[in-house]
Amino acid sequence: MIINHPLLGPCDAQEFTYLGDARLIDRPDGMAGDAEDAFYHYAYLRDNPAGEHRELWFHEQGDRSWLVVTRNTVTHQITSVELARDVARKQGRGV
Amino acid sequence: MHDLAPLTALGSSAPQRDTIGPVTITENPDRALASVAARLGQDAACTKALASVLGTSAPDVAQCVQGPALGAFWMAQHCWIVDGPYDLDDPQTDLAARLKAELGDMASVTDQSGAWVRFDVHGDGLGALFERLCNLDMARMTDGTARRTMIDHLGCFVLSHRGGNTVYGPRSSAQSLHHALITAARSAF
Repeated sequence: MIINHPLLGPCDAQEFTYLGDARLIDRPDGMAGDAEDAFYHYAYLRDNPAGEHRELWFHEQGDRSWLVVTRNTVTHQITSVELARDVARKQGRGV
Repeated sequence: MHDLAPLTALGSSAPQRDTIGPVTITENPDRALASVAARLGQDAACTKALASVLGTSAPDVAQCVQGPALGAFWMAQHCWIVDGPYDLDDPQTDLAARLKAELGDMASVTDQSGAWVRFDVHGDGLGALFERLCNLDMARMTDGTARRTMIDHLGCFVLSHRGGNTVYGPRSSAQSLHHALITAARSAF
């Protein structure tokens, strides 16, 4: 499998490690009133779609960037690769 | 006062040099390294300040540059490794301290000199050698390219420049990396 890195171009999937669902970057506020329930959902509950899935990959043997990869879990076709940093910034986080 | 003799990463008093076929692999212990990582919101300012320290523009994605005294290569977004000559006799040349003095709060600077071993690889047929060592696309490794990759399970940087290729690998695995280079060269030539 080849992941088309937004900066470095096509890279072998061997260079990456997989974390899981991209929703993991939306960590709930631990100080909020419903934190217990929110963290239960955050830590344990995942969708397991047969189809398009947004997931986090780490370019460990490359530039050490976190990527949000949209991959079809049935065909392994990758339709979109973004830097996780850009995804977070689009949500108004960071600078 | 202790009287300690400096050793190279391979454990000798002099750098090792191996010539196999058309390729020469030389250990290069005379380089000081420091990593420079721009702090949050300081990307543009740090890139500019680094360029003035290097005397040439800071390396862009997957590039390496060589200025009059210092060189640098791209490691990640707004994160570089700077290398320069290592002079044991003159503590004033401490590279990380010099960079920190220039870059101030724009960047986090970490001395990396003791973390890496450097091998310079010269000669013809470097493509055949490196294709056996790593999965980089050697046809795209033009002069001034710097990429991180895996060589025999070791995370290494491969820099391509006019004089040949340079490999930076983990110093604590220097002998393993040297073995990988030698074995691949014997296989290729």
